[in-house]
Amino acid sequence: MNMRHGKYPFILAFLLPPVGIYAIYMLSPYVQAIYISMTDWSGLTAAQTFIGFDNYVEMWNDDQLRKALWNNLILVLVVPVLTLLLGLFFASMLNVGGRNRGGAVTGVRGSSIYKVVYFFPQVLSVAIIGIVFKYVFAPENAGGILNRVLGAVGLDGLQRLWLAEPNYLIWIIVLVMTWSFVGFYVVLFSAAMQSIPRDIYEAALLDGSSRLTTFRKITVPLVWDTVQVGWVYMAIQAMDGFATVHIMLGINGGVEGAGDVLGVAMYREAFAEADFGYAAAIGVLMLVLTMVVAVVFMRGLRRERVELA
Amino acid sequence: MTTTQAPPRVSGDGPGRGGGRRGRHDRLPGVGAGEKAVGLINGGFLLLWGLITALPLLWAILSSFKTNGEFRVDPLGLPSGVEWDNFSRAWSAANIGQYFLNSVIVVSISLTLTMLFGAMGAYVLARYDFPGNRFVYYLFVGGLILPVFLALVPMFFVVRNLGSLPVIGQFLGLNSYLSLALVYVAFSMPFTVFFLTAFFRTLPNSVAEAGIMDGCSHFSLFWKVMLPMARPGMISLALFNFLGHWNQYVLPLVIMQDGDKRVLAQGLGTLAANTGFRADWTALFAGLVIALLPVLIVYIIFQKQVQAGLTAGVLK
Repeated sequence: MNMRHGKYPFILAFLLPPVGIYAIYMLSPYVQAIYISMTDWSGLTAAQTFIGFDNYVEMWNDDQLRKALWNNLILVLVVPVLTLLLGLFFASMLNVGGRNRGGAVTGVRGSSIYKVVYFFPQVLSVAIIGIVFKYVFAPENAGGILNRVLGAVGLDGLQRLWLAEPNYLIWIIVLVMTWSFVGFYVVLFSAAMQSIPRDIYEAALLDGSSRLTTFRKITVPLVWDTVQVGWVYMAIQAMDGFATVHIMLGINGGVEGAGDVLGVAMYREAFAEADFGYAAAIGVLMLVLTMVVAVVFMRGLRRERVELA
Repeated sequence: MTTTQAPPRVSGDGPGRGGGRRGRHDRLPGVGAGEKAVGLINGGFLLLWGLITALPLLWAILSSFKTNGEFRVDPLGLPSGVEWDNFSRAWSAANIGQYFLNSVIVVSISLTLTMLFGAMGAYVLARYDFPGNRFVYYLFVGGLILPVFLALVPMFFVVRNLGSLPVIGQFLGLNSYLSLALVYVAFSMPFTVFFLTAFFRTLPNSVAEAGIMDGCSHFSLFWKVMLPMARPGMISLALFNFLGHWNQYVLPLVIMQDGDKRVLAQGLGTLAANTGFRADWTALFAGLVIALLPVLIVYIIFQKQVQAGLTAGVLK
């Protein structure tokens, strides 16, 4: 460009606001977090003593934190698998599940309406989702529609005080998170499936392939790249779980702290227990876990790519 | 559509799949009667998931129309009429009106600044060569993988300390709209810059060159030529950021600790925690509906762009 004049002042003026805000509010906290995690800072006074890795040693011996970590692992392993299976299943039915009058593969009727409905939870605040499901699983005299429905269809034996049962808590969180994620992946995988040439399916149909075979041998391999990316993204999302747990189960992670997750544990240590040093150490643990999960998930699904010539 | 055992010779249009003339079907492999049954089963699953998705939300909306008596006695039933009082109780007594206003203020500031600063940064990074360009770019993009949680504790102190600065401190401390908005801007920068940089790179050089020939300054080239051309990208990203900011829960929890400054998602969370004691469930659901409406309207109007915008985040 022959606009040499005033180029650098312009670049500086345009970069300063975004970089400045980003550096102050996002980057500087991350840098400080590592240091704070090595202090005994309460956050209430200015006094902070450097204590090295003591917070990390304390984490190792903290049973409640171990519970939270275990729950996070359940979320990271189960939610993506469930979401992935349901997402692929529904996406393939919507996009290649139909057969038109000539026997050709098409989307099923009404697929765009399904996509609109399925996707909706994705645009909702997790707070709203958490509140609605708090009432879905509530006791019968406080909303409790799940118990009502079970009663109405004669399955009274399955009625439970869902949120008062320590063993159920994390699985309820798994269900709620899966519920809110599936639609997003249906739309994501649908976009990938739309780009698969129809004649591949027609050839498979003429060979007499069943739907299951078509699904396994054609659909899945051809959207595998998208699945891989979505899988990593999903695992990182599932690491969170903060808002869902905080709203449905409260700051202590529900009965006996059985539904605790790392995000909630961290928030509690900082803002309820006034132990900012320890909270920051939990934050660092979450960073390490997120990175490990991202790497493991990226490697775990690597597989021969199918190229469409 | 709920029938899962389809009679083998069923004809006509099976809901949920394209039906058709039986005679032709039978001659094609994989399209026979068995296929038809499978099709119906598939349709059944699709409908089932649709119901599982929609019913809890519909139930919440219907509950907001009921009286508390109706809600307790028959939570599954239809409301006998619309109890508008729920909405006025939610709006004033439960403070949802204040929270709504807070959300509108914060999101107006944060969305404007995010789009403006994001576009400025991305534009310079995409179209100007200068030392450190790559460094700044990766500084932004690197933020994509950092979990919010690690930043929470120090962020609280950064904001608190900014509050004690002379003169400007009064606008920048805890419980300030501007602080929360700036935090949103910072946390939106990685994806906004990443997405818009890619977008500005795709814009044709010829138009920019024509602008230069006409004697545009750097600034007016951006403002009058490039920014209007980037409109489609800006719109999907503005939708993405609007939803992210409007629905944000954990960041306001840290910054807005003062009751009157809570934003909507956060205020609803508190309301939900207290509802059991107050025995006013229907006002809570009315509050949910109030919070849900703006998002629902945006989603219905921009449905295609929202889906494309949100999924693009993963695919890019």
